[in-house]
Amino acid sequence: MLRKLRHRYLNFWTIVTLCLIVFFVVALILPVAQLFLNSFKDAEGAFSLESYKTFFTKKYYYQALQHSLWIGVVSTLVSTGIGVFLAYIVTRYNVWGKNVLKVLFLVGLMSPPFIGAYSWIILLGRGGFITNLLKPIGIKMPPIYGKTGIILVFSLHLSCYVFRYVSAAFKGIDSSLEEASENLGASKFMRLFTVTLPVVIPTITSVMIIVFMRSLADFGTPLLIGEGYKTMPVMVYNAYLGDMGGNKAMAGTISAISVFLSIGLLLVQKAYIARKNYRMSNLRPPKVIELHGWKRFLVTLPVVIWVFIALLPQLTVIVTSFLKMNGPMFSDQFSFSNYQIAFKSCGKAILHTFTYSTIAIVFVILIGTFTSYVSVRRRKQGGTLVDTMAMLPMVIPGAVFGICYIMAFNKPPIVICGTAIVMVLALVVRRLPNTIRSSVGVLESLDPSLDEASISLGVPALKTFFVITARLMVPGIAAGAVLSWISSINEISSSLLLYAPKTVTMPVAIYTFVSQNDYGQAAAMGTIMTVAIVIALTVVSRMTRKSGGII
Amino acid sequence: MSQSVSIKNVVKLYGDFRAVDNVSLDIRKGEFFTLLGPSGCGKTTLLRMIAGFNTIEDGEISFDGKRINEIPANKRDIGMVFQNYAVFPHMTVGENVGYGLKARGIRKADRSPKVKQALEQVQILDLMDRMPNALSGGQQQRVALARAFVIEPSILLMDEPLSNLDAKLRVQMRDMIRKLQTALGITTIYVTHDQEEALAISDRIAVMKNGHVMQVGRPDEIYRKPENLFVANFIGNSNQFEGTIDEITAGNTGTLKLNAGITVGVPLRESYKGAVTVAIRPEYLKFDESGIPAVIRHSTFLGDFVLYELELADGQMIFVNEYGNMGALREVGTHVHLSFVPEYVSVYKETGEVISC
Repeated sequence: MLRKLRHRYLNFWTIVTLCLIVFFVVALILPVAQLFLNSFKDAEGAFSLESYKTFFTKKYYYQALQHSLWIGVVSTLVSTGIGVFLAYIVTRYNVWGKNVLKVLFLVGLMSPPFIGAYSWIILLGRGGFITNLLKPIGIKMPPIYGKTGIILVFSLHLSCYVFRYVSAAFKGIDSSLEEASENLGASKFMRLFTVTLPVVIPTITSVMIIVFMRSLADFGTPLLIGEGYKTMPVMVYNAYLGDMGGNKAMAGTISAISVFLSIGLLLVQKAYIARKNYRMSNLRPPKVIELHGWKRFLVTLPVVIWVFIALLPQLTVIVTSFLKMNGPMFSDQFSFSNYQIAFKSCGKAILHTFTYSTIAIVFVILIGTFTSYVSVRRRKQGGTLVDTMAMLPMVIPGAVFGICYIMAFNKPPIVICGTAIVMVLALVVRRLPNTIRSSVGVLESLDPSLDEASISLGVPALKTFFVITARLMVPGIAAGAVLSWISSINEISSSLLLYAPKTVTMPVAIYTFVSQNDYGQAAAMGTIMTVAIVIALTVVSRMTRKSGGII
Repeated sequence: MSQSVSIKNVVKLYGDFRAVDNVSLDIRKGEFFTLLGPSGCGKTTLLRMIAGFNTIEDGEISFDGKRINEIPANKRDIGMVFQNYAVFPHMTVGENVGYGLKARGIRKADRSPKVKQALEQVQILDLMDRMPNALSGGQQQRVALARAFVIEPSILLMDEPLSNLDAKLRVQMRDMIRKLQTALGITTIYVTHDQEEALAISDRIAVMKNGHVMQVGRPDEIYRKPENLFVANFIGNSNQFEGTIDEITAGNTGTLKLNAGITVGVPLRESYKGAVTVAIRPEYLKFDESGIPAVIRHSTFLGDFVLYELELADGQMIFVNEYGNMGALREVGTHVHLSFVPEYVSVYKETGEVISC
């Protein structure tokens, strides 16, 4: 009996599950719960709905919600419209330089939007390159600051996102569906609107929700380019660090409202959209239409133009990084001086960025692998609980997450605020959901009988996990991990709240430089980040080329 | 060393559902034993209990008299072949086959000849350094097979190993498995839902239904003397006739009166009077001068025999396979009579149990 008990309750995976539960409760559930509880407290700590009332009655506060929603809706519509159009063209026509364009879209997707924000300031802001160029001819550009700028940056960035996921969907349509439609007498136009588009609509709507959530959560962009136009994350930040000494209850309230909004969106997606996903036997991928001459030029042109605009910020950053600074102004002389100064003043920031991200990714892979195993193979023994907890960061904007951590970890029992540990921990927890989703996918496609074959050949279950299961999960996890690594390097929203002088990272440094109008060093840092991203993406595309790839 | 397997009153519970319900079987050393039944009958569940992947809620399984209920799967010394091959995709064919030997601590130099010999036996030695994704289904199944027997397990388990292969390959592989098994003398337990495969490959078969064993016997016994109506219908095809036994004569012969119109004497194993169901295989019915009256409704030419579909007087449809008639096919609409040899038919009580000899 005792042996049976041991066999059933004290094996390796039970211990792993328990450790994961403890980890997620300490590093995620408690900090978030604390923030929520704070939102229901008044200054004396008694229960109160006062700050919710204030939020919804004072224009200063509820305006931020209106701003966020407005920006979210407009950027989502623009990026979806353009992203879907370009995805269709690139998957269906023999666009010139298709593979290069796809990589460029991925670069646009992986580059942090706040770099875009500050580049557009350099280009179109007061005293920006293009502004100055057009002034003599009497053309006055609309002001880039405020909602125009935010929407521009989001639309460009998120269209790359839409492009990537929707092109995968367009490629996944079995060509026989379209052939059937043609065979039944449908015109090309009718075919597009009655078969092709409806079939990818579930994907499009899912992507729209994700894009919308991203625009709600983004913090760096409105902070840099929004000026007086405050969105929810900016409001959380202000309420917490506040000009008026900070209002923790209000910070909690705004955070809670943002999180509820995201949860609501996810539920809508689960209830109405995810259910409608069509499964297709993709026996024959759709054929690519061969165009020639000016027709081919015509389909390539819009793609090239959009990619150019989307990557213009990166180009600007790279070019200006080599320009000699003349006070806060760029001169037209080539120079490495920006890099020299940047390395001298911020060598630490560069080092921090790469070490934090790399350490974080090691933990992401480790915890992610265990979590996904537990959530797929040990669903009933706590797996579902662990999985649900691990997914929570998806609905928590980075700024909110940062505040949760400050509040949770600046007093005993755990005091890690201001240390590298809190920076890494935030990265780990925030990057886990994506890694877990991709490795759950890999694991679900692995047949459990592979494990069983190994066990029956005499290899114990635990060793089997390492030599068979984990080994087979590696390719899927690795590709996802590199992408997580890139986004860890880009992380600004939580870092901006959690950094201390000795734990500054590159995005934080860039933000500081930009807010001090020191564009030269910001450009040098931005270039280093872009180069790191491009190298990492090259590695991933190499890694995944055989298995169909992420590109 | 090959071992015998004894299964005693074994139970598998999923909640309240008894997936395997009080099953007892004795599988002899070196025997090729098949668990046969429709999907959901518990055959795979039972196999996985023997393998150690399912817990045993009640009863006992022992190998050569040694209880194995508590022994973990990796220590049972079993070779297993899975339905979907389960060939490790990140190892070469050779590494796959050597995997179990490595787990047993056999040095590389000693592994290599064994791996080669095993691959030779399944005729894929030339594929040794290939990766599995470059192999066809049949080749992957050979890898899985070699991997399972190269460790010289005391018992070999196979879970529908041929169900993913096409018909022709299935017959080829079936013969190879049987020949290998005979040569190696490994006690083998084989799971399938394909009755033809079971008949062709097995020394003995256990037919299962709803977690119970319905009959255990040699293929010929199971086919010719199904012990209950389920087995009669599941194995091969049977025509069913309703009738009664009114009296028992000398030598325990029952006077069987079929509702279809004839009366014959059949040898019985127990004295039983009352309503019965009679199962007659299509090839045991003969066209005759007298017997059961019927009308031919449809004929299908199938090469070595002709399948006739006939209608009885009460409207029931039955099938007759006629072999060896080199003449023209019988005309649809012809009135005929059918007869049979009484010893060839099986007679069942209303409860479904057989009473004929």
